[in-house]
Amino acid sequence: MPLFEEGLVHLKEKIHNKEIKASDLIDEAYARINEVDGKVKAFLTLNEEKAREDARLIDESGRAEDTLLFGMPIGIKDNLVTKNLRTTCASHILENFDPLYDATVIDKVRTQKGIIIGKLNMDEFAMGSSTENSGFAATKNPWDLERVPGGSSGGSAAAVAAGEVLFALGSDTGGSIRQPSAFCGVVGMKPTYGRVSRYGLVAFASSLDQVGPITRSVADNAYLLEAIAGVDRYDSTSADVAVPHYSKALTGEIKGLRVAVPKEYLGEGIDESVKDRIKAALRQLENLGAVCEEVSLPHSKYALPAYYIIASSEASANLARFDGVRYGVRADSKDLIEMYKKSRSEGFGDEVKRRIMLGTFALSSGYYDAYYKKAQKVRTLIKRDFEKVLENHDIIVGPTTPTPAFKIGEKLDDPLTMYANDLLTIPVNLAGVPAISLPCGLANGLPVGLQMIARPFGEETLYRAAYAYEQAARFHLTPAIKGASEK
Amino acid sequence: MSRITEDQVKYVAHLARLSFDEEEIKTFTTQLDDIIGFAEQLNELDTEGIEPTTHVLDMYNVMRDDVVEPSLPREEALKNAPDQEDGQFKVPLIMEAD
Repeated sequence: MPLFEEGLVHLKEKIHNKEIKASDLIDEAYARINEVDGKVKAFLTLNEEKAREDARLIDESGRAEDTLLFGMPIGIKDNLVTKNLRTTCASHILENFDPLYDATVIDKVRTQKGIIIGKLNMDEFAMGSSTENSGFAATKNPWDLERVPGGSSGGSAAAVAAGEVLFALGSDTGGSIRQPSAFCGVVGMKPTYGRVSRYGLVAFASSLDQVGPITRSVADNAYLLEAIAGVDRYDSTSADVAVPHYSKALTGEIKGLRVAVPKEYLGEGIDESVKDRIKAALRQLENLGAVCEEVSLPHSKYALPAYYIIASSEASANLARFDGVRYGVRADSKDLIEMYKKSRSEGFGDEVKRRIMLGTFALSSGYYDAYYKKAQKVRTLIKRDFEKVLENHDIIVGPTTPTPAFKIGEKLDDPLTMYANDLLTIPVNLAGVPAISLPCGLANGLPVGLQMIARPFGEETLYRAAYAYEQAARFHLTPAIKGASEK
Repeated sequence: MSRITEDQVKYVAHLARLSFDEEEIKTFTTQLDDIIGFAEQLNELDTEGIEPTTHVLDMYNVMRDDVVEPSLPREEALKNAPDQEDGQFKVPLIMEAD
């Protein structure tokens, strides 16, 4: 059995008891990458030399330190800056970018003695739902190489599912952690806005972006979030709220938990096979003592249009910094304005340009009130929907995505069809609340994700509920992907 | 009826410092028109008197003491620059010389 299947707690114990070395875990990561990544294409850049050196130092020190991530191999989405390790956001405009500092979450991973295996593929600047928008390669779903892994953190979810790393960090602006986690059969948490520092996360939509963990199990997820959460002097939007020991929430006990089931999340546009899995999961939660009740989030259908206006507007401002002056790729030009235009037009892919264009339009004189301000007012209505339901319920439960993973190329031609895939994840970002996606079985051989949503800073409640379900349902899903030699 | 014209797309492209050929302008005009049309369903909602949400948390200024702290060495700050001269970022001509 691969070591990674044992999970963080057992692996740390084994290192402490000297049954294994930290180097054994790093060996497993790179052996698996060599075996399957030619097909999966989860990684953009490997950190092998440094990772082996980190493991060797841990092994030679002979000390079993009690840090949260002691010796654990982790993959990092390529929009988190890593000092002296190329960071591209999967964009040609940053193809040679060598960051000058570590993101706060990277600093925390290093302090907790996690070992960085490499940087993971994504949709360019996190804009997309399939990782097909990467400027470099399309990542494949380890469950079916003809299907997408989801996005934008598709490389992170695929690497965890394929056993290339123990776990990974992703980012979630409209579902970019939860949707790929659902498609790849792993556990992904989008924390409360402000729970995790965004310092060093290359900004897409600043009022929505949040970094979070993607793992094989709920327990590993709780430990990894504990390692990266907390207030940060470098991010004024990080919340000064104490970080709980999330692992203490892993009791398996949810008797009396009040579960809201929004009728909009099991209605039109949701695949029957997905509905079946979710209904089975709700019965499982009831068997564990939870009390389920149907509710309504009446403004759900407006979340998608409001999101695309707000996120694109913020993106158009954030991506103005890529101008070919201080870093990134510069196109030869005779004057400055032409240099900006050529560098940006050659450096960005189509989806990024589309969103910059939409955002610039929505913010332009004469349209600001009609689109941007209107969308922000609708955001208030969506946020109130959640506040109302969560007054009388502990969590909201539904599917993470309307369908299981779709085929590569299937939705590329029509941006609106691609966007519709994020129907159930986007409202959560607009409201700023936390949500987790975890596997709830297979539909036609593909994983289905169960989404749980809680009040702001209610991550403990999510871990408690998700762990209880995971332990009872016993879906430990592992895709059957094999190396070329085993085919 | 289309909401967005090709001329508007060209104007917005200039504001966004992007350039497109005629073919791309046509594609973007259609696609942006579709997306804007989709967004117009927001007008079904009466938002009179509703405060816009710019941020989900209560935002306030975060201050620190005004003390000089170490900053990046110049060569580090310039290490990713596409072009540089005399320790500064170098760019193409900004305006014509007389």
